[in-house]
Amino acid sequence: MQNKTLYDKVWQNHVVHERDDGMSLIYIDRHLVHEVTSPQAFEGLRLAKRDLWRKDSILATVDHNIPTTDRSAGIDDVISKTQVDTLDQNCKDYSLTQFSMLDARQGIVHVIGPEQGASLPGMTIVCGDSHTSTHGALGALAFGIGTSEVEHVLATQCLLMKKSKNMLVKINGQCQSGVTAKDIVLAIIGKLGTAGANGHTIEFAGSAIRALSVEGRMTVCNMSIEAGGRAGMIAVDDATIEYIAGRPFSPKNEHWELAVKQWRMLNSDEGAHFDSEIDINADELQPQVTWGTSPEMVADVNGSVPDNVSDDQRRALQYMDLQPGTSISDIKVDKVFIGSCTNSRIEDLREAANIIQDRKLASNIKLAMVVPGSGLIKQQAEQEGLDIVFKAAGFEWREPGCSMCLGMNADQLEPGERCASTSNRNFEGRQGKGGRTHLVSPVMAAAAAVHGHFVDVRRYL
Amino acid sequence: MKSFAEITSTLLPLDRSNVDTDAIIPQQYLKSVKRTGFGVNLFDNWRYQDPGLLGQDHSQRRLHEDFVLNQEKHQDAKILLARENFGCGSSREHAVWSILDYGFEVVIAPSFADIFCSNCYKNGLLPITLNDGDVDYLFEQVKADASYQCYVNLDSQIVKDENDKSFSFQIDEFRKYCLLNGYDEIDLTLQHESKIKEYEEKLKLTSPWLFAAN
Ligand code: SF4
Repeated sequence: MQNKTLYDKVWQNHVVHERDDGMSLIYIDRHLVHEVTSPQAFEGLRLAKRDLWRKDSILATVDHNIPTTDRSAGIDDVISKTQVDTLDQNCKDYSLTQFSMLDARQGIVHVIGPEQGASLPGMTIVCGDSHTSTHGALGALAFGIGTSEVEHVLATQCLLMKKSKNMLVKINGQCQSGVTAKDIVLAIIGKLGTAGANGHTIEFAGSAIRALSVEGRMTVCNMSIEAGGRAGMIAVDDATIEYIAGRPFSPKNEHWELAVKQWRMLNSDEGAHFDSEIDINADELQPQVTWGTSPEMVADVNGSVPDNVSDDQRRALQYMDLQPGTSISDIKVDKVFIGSCTNSRIEDLREAANIIQDRKLASNIKLAMVVPGSGLIKQQAEQEGLDIVFKAAGFEWREPGCSMCLGMNADQLEPGERCASTSNRNFEGRQGKGGRTHLVSPVMAAAAAVHGHFVDVRRYL
Repeated sequence: MKSFAEITSTLLPLDRSNVDTDAIIPQQYLKSVKRTGFGVNLFDNWRYQDPGLLGQDHSQRRLHEDFVLNQEKHQDAKILLARENFGCGSSREHAVWSILDYGFEVVIAPSFADIFCSNCYKNGLLPITLNDGDVDYLFEQVKADASYQCYVNLDSQIVKDENDKSFSFQIDEFRKYCLLNGYDEIDLTLQHESKIKEYEEKLKLTSPWLFAAN
């Protein structure tokens, strides 16, 4: 038998039918749904008078549009409200499991899947959202799909696709204290470029990945798509299984034993073939800060914006209002956002709070906000008193959702404002028209909040 | 789904690489629960000076006159010519809907992001991958003469220009067959209904926890 990669194994387990040309019908185990990319799919289903194939595979929540301030009075923005109400109604009509806006379990779709144990190793997991790659941290094959594909999965529980290529990204060595999962993945994107993994499923491996918590692994897999990889995966180990045990949707009793036995096989065989491979040495990694309008435009915190720039880079610097050669530590920020499906889990908040403790926002910071990834994370953080730490420093402590990661709700940058953000995209206008985004880790965002500009967070540790 | 066979048209040259889906259609327009009406907001942040909202009268907004989409000479183009990694970023199918709604039927680029590409096929928008040199050539031609035209034929997988220069392109047989015929993929998949059920029954035995009540 040929040696297989982790991706080969999960793929092969899900082939329902394969055509001669390689186009395959792939079975989908878990379908996560949110309000933005689903209304047209449900509408399509109704128009074609089709039924849903498997309701119990679906978990729905609202996250993109909802306010992060007091929600008891509902949503002010009528258009956002329509979209949220449409999901509520669809879930009611089809009797789907949904965490609605006032449910404590509500949160960003990629945070709540793993948190609930609804995302499990070996599963195929899809969602009408490109950051579905997050769930690959558990050894699942998870990827984002468009709305037509959402409709296709609702109607058939399957997707038509061709197998992608295998890429191995190995991060050897050990990260220094203050260098986080976010810095690892930003460095990978810097090396690969935003299209480097197009057509590939990435497997992240190596000692620095093994040393990460499962939450940190999610941060890495989350941004696979920023390197062009539709899916990113990490092999199952003890940490994975420990993470899943006891969660609400996780297998119970005799199912648990059976599941763990199968999950233990979810790794790449010795000598399995990868179409491409890159190595990164974690020992040398520094905290990363993006300076441009694409996640590949990234530098070490002690480095600077490039001197010799291409046309694309020049355009990016113009948009960002930066000169070639500027030191990263000279870049001042106006706002700080700690949140998003990349970095809004409890460990992120703990680490950021640790930096903020007994410190205050710098005077030039107009707004700093923390948006937990889910209602349960918010509760947990409050039990640990993290909210007090953030508020004492001058941060706003908000309700869970996507928030300023993409600014579909009221949380946006004003034109020209510069933000240290723990999210995943620094595209033009991503956080609001004319807004300027610098992607960083939670501890780096916290340190920028205290100093008003980027600083090497390692000096605190 | 809309079918595609052939087209002759001028090209609109969008000379930037890594054009992301946030640029193609910004976040505020994703609040729509419809599939239509996005054309007026295609490349919204590059096209208009002032910010826009879903449902407003966009004809009153101030244009960035120098943005290529606003130039009179490219108004009738049905082929969008772009650079590498076109459509990267989010999975929003609204990106494809807005390109189609604006009036494009073909996008030519050296490479496309994976999800964007699959969204194209589901909607009858034809993404054509040509090599860098050929794309450079097309940019040069359009920039020299905005009335420069190309003929695209899906069946023979060919792009041919008015100088009789032609380029062939690759496409999966299955994708081509669906596009040419305008087939609905869900219908095609449901032809395998019994196979899906069979697979599911097997799965219930091997991995029963996947079906345990939530
Ligand atoms: S937090 Fe940002 S990236 Fe994540 S799902 Fe929400 S909008 Fe998308």
